Amino acid sequence: MTDSDIGYLTPVIDEDGAPFWQYAARGQLRIQACASCDELRFPPRPCCPHCRSFDSTWRRMSGRGRIWSYVLPHPPLLPGYAEQAPYNAVVVELADAPRIRLVGNVVAAADAPLNSVDPELLSVGAPVRVAFTAASGGVTVPRWLLER
Amino acid sequence: MATLKDATAIAGIGQTAFAKHLPESEKTLACRAILAALDDAGLDPAEVDAFASYTMEETDEVEIAKAIGAGDVTFFSKVGYGGGGSCATVAHLAAAVATGQANVGVAWRSRKRGSGPRPWKNTTAQLPTPGQWTRPFGLLRPADEIGMLTRRYMHEYGATRDHLFNVALACRNRANQNPAAIMYERPLTRETYMTSRWISEPLCLFDNCLETDGALACVVVGAGRARDCRHRPVYVHSVAQGLPAQHHGMVNYWNDDPLAGPAWTAARRLWKTADLGPQDVDVAQIYDAFTPLVPLSLEGYGFCGRGEGGPFTEGGALEIGGRLPLNTGGGLSEAYVHGFNLINEGVKQLRGVSTAQVPGASTCLVTAGEGVPTSALLLRS
Repeated sequence: MTDSDIGYLTPVIDEDGAPFWQYAARGQLRIQACASCDELRFPPRPCCPHCRSFDSTWRRMSGRGRIWSYVLPHPPLLPGYAEQAPYNAVVVELADAPRIRLVGNVVAAADAPLNSVDPELLSVGAPVRVAFTAASGGVTVPRWLLER
Repeated sequence: MATLKDATAIAGIGQTAFAKHLPESEKTLACRAILAALDDAGLDPAEVDAFASYTMEETDEVEIAKAIGAGDVTFFSKVGYGGGGSCATVAHLAAAVATGQANVGVAWRSRKRGSGPRPWKNTTAQLPTPGQWTRPFGLLRPADEIGMLTRRYMHEYGATRDHLFNVALACRNRANQNPAAIMYERPLTRETYMTSRWISEPLCLFDNCLETDGALACVVVGAGRARDCRHRPVYVHSVAQGLPAQHHGMVNYWNDDPLAGPAWTAARRLWKTADLGPQDVDVAQIYDAFTPLVPLSLEGYGFCGRGEGGPFTEGGALEIGGRLPLNTGGGLSEAYVHGFNLINEGVKQLRGVSTAQVPGASTCLVTAGEGVPTSALLLRS
């Protein structure tokens, strides 16, 4: 059974985003940065909105962040998500670069389900750190663990 | 500088019934609404030479023009971003008519439940940028995306669920007065709201739009021509679209300031080209597919300061007789047709024929969806 059969979505990776997922597969959280003016940008794109350079590099982040916001989706949802609902979806702002924000999920362990953390433990501003989960389809996705 | 100010007017409006299910096709419904709007204006369909709708509209202008017996068409336009496109359809026609590209324009939206993308049912929902950064993590539906902004808004400014209830209640109260509304004679109580099921916490059932079958249309002509039409013209005083710098489609968590969305961009342009300001607005039709879009829009369009949108809803401010009567046809409780019902309701107010008429209303703000690239109209009688 493929992910799409159960309604669980794997990223459709485009040329701009490919390095993010390649680094994630190696357990690294890297964000696109301009090779000319050094500005970070997310989501990835062909040129720098700050200086318009087409040269970029991928800078490694510490993997630490804070919950910027979160929701608890309830059905109706795609089947793969409905089974785990209510689960959390969060926006994490990175400690290294607060204007860089990533959508993700807070889980109890890297390979735990999306509903493995009690929602009562979630709050805006709560510190988190990244972990990586090998999803089926050969894609590795970042997940987030609450810092103690 | 050429200006659109009062150069054109909405001369006719039309709509079908609104219901959970209508037997006719979207194309048939579109034709009915458009012919009703032309009849309302007293114009012959053969005079129509311009069309505008949404990119999500599934009936196209070729089919519509052929069916209604339009003449040669010299302007046609489609606006993207779902509910963000509503007011821009009228704005595009106004620009075309004011610059002599066409004489009689029709804008329309026809929609049945289940039409268009349904990301909670369909695994082929858009996943390339920006979808690859959100959908795999279970942020699937517009309600989830707006819920995320809402949680942050509540955290930052102390807005409460009671503020969101005030919005839902004002709209429902107006729908209770409107026999055409889906929620006619179906009152909402605070208890019903507070105990309803979650859709995407912090958004509950009554914070979300109710999908409807139905179609609406309006007719845009030059101001001089409008004065010869059947009803008092409703002038298109100012128009704007808004796509803020560094915006990313539906979700904008990557802006420097995600809580100052497209409404702020549209508003700056709207007021710049108007003789009026927010203090002159008698009645507002604000896109409410999700209740938190209303306080965010109240701030964006300058009815209150940053973070004051929640408290603005208190004390009956959005009810008839309040500081800013809102969505007088019922908003999402009238029908969910990507906001087109808000345009027609604005026209009804300025004609003095709304089912929840604001006495002496002569100016009306109409807005499209906040969060997505948006648009707005300032109408006057």
